Amino acid sequence: MQEFASEFTQALSLILEGDSELWAIVLLSMRVSVFAVLISALIGMPLGAALAVARFPGRRALIILVNALMGFPPVVAGLLVYLMLSRSGPLGILELLYTPTAMIIAQVVLVTPIMAALTRQVVEMLAEEYSEQLRSLGVSRLASVPVLLWDARLALVTALLAGFGRAIAEVGAVIIVGGNINHVTRVMTTTIALETSKGNLALALALGVILVGLAVAVNAMVSVLTLRAEREGVRHA
Amino acid sequence: MRDVVTEAPATLEVRGLSIAHEGKVLLDVPHLCLDGPGPTLILGPNGAGKSLLLRCLHGLIQPDRGRVCQNGVLLNGCHKARQAMVFQRPVLLRRSVAANLDFVLKRKSMPRVQRKPRIDDLLAEGGLDGKARQPARSLSGGEAQRLAILRALALDPETLFLDEPTSALDPSATQMIERMVLRASAQGVRIVMVTHDIGQARRLATEIVMMQAGHVVEQGLARQVLESPKSDESRRYLDGGLVT
Repeated sequence: MQEFASEFTQALSLILEGDSELWAIVLLSMRVSVFAVLISALIGMPLGAALAVARFPGRRALIILVNALMGFPPVVAGLLVYLMLSRSGPLGILELLYTPTAMIIAQVVLVTPIMAALTRQVVEMLAEEYSEQLRSLGVSRLASVPVLLWDARLALVTALLAGFGRAIAEVGAVIIVGGNINHVTRVMTTTIALETSKGNLALALALGVILVGLAVAVNAMVSVLTLRAEREGVRHA
Repeated sequence: MRDVVTEAPATLEVRGLSIAHEGKVLLDVPHLCLDGPGPTLILGPNGAGKSLLLRCLHGLIQPDRGRVCQNGVLLNGCHKARQAMVFQRPVLLRRSVAANLDFVLKRKSMPRVQRKPRIDDLLAEGGLDGKARQPARSLSGGEAQRLAILRALALDPETLFLDEPTSALDPSATQMIERMVLRASAQGVRIVMVTHDIGQARRLATEIVMMQAGHVVEQGLARQVLESPKSDESRRYLDGGLVT
């Protein structure tokens, strides 16, 4: 117990004293996850909105697929991205393996289905409500997509934060494609795994505290936005 | 809203309109012509097909058979732009009051410099001055319905359809809506409105269409239909009998 208390004290001093190695890892994690979430939003949100308003054969099957991909195992996503980026893979020529870009790609693969599925759910319910009114105002199905995305903005920020939560806590995929290289691809989760196995609990605990802090902050923001959205009648899901 | 007071309202004509579902006739209107000088009110019990007829006239529902013409022109997507509709429950965008009006003015390609004064005029017309920046969703029921009507009128429609716009409103809010409807009618907008309220029909209608079980059972001048209805269904409905 005493040992744990001592490690925890060391962890707190690492955080408070601004340990450069620790904060470099935190910043890289944030950079990778923020980029991944933004790219996922750019792909997933229009895709989700299109799934919500478009009517075509196989739409239901596509929705089931997107929903199922929300639970895609991260290590499998990592393996697929690894195969694509490895020297013998179709994108091997880009030499992206073991770079932060590879980690971003892996996180995009994992987060995009979350964005698309949550967006589809929110926009579909809003579209149901708006449908007749927008048609009456002469707005076509396609033109209704930006209208619906804008009017569902608060609920979609919640989706964005949920995606960020998934990305920042990801370990399986990023360790496969990033390789956990010191000062290059070492992020919070992979460092925690490595340092714990080495017995360097202070650094692992410090990163754990920051990671939990981020998770709490993201969830708090989700709660506040959900509450605001409900008050304004934006959220339906 | 159109400024030309003397302009005659658009003529709506329906021929051979029918909708059926699983063998049951929901709407069967062989011929209907709405060309009176003032508001037309459609009356009838629930399930009579009033709202369905309104949606067909507006092009929101495609009938199984039949056609709808406005001013002799077959209703299509392009022509629909000269119509607007207000629903029983106002559907407002999750934006400010002004942004709801700005949305339709932008769709009409009105330049930004003209939009602001137009929005101010519309808000004043609907008694919503001072509420421009308020979220539309926070308006009261009457205010929300007034905003929905203003948004419809911002399209400068030739025809305005209203589907029981005052069914959930108190007398004071109803009165404000009725004034807006009469003003629009006086400015040459063809008004076609569904209501259950016989008193409202007396106050607003110059022409009444009575419906029952998907059929038009009577059509005529308001006074004539209200005071001496020809059909039994109309008589029973107007006498306050339970027409099912």
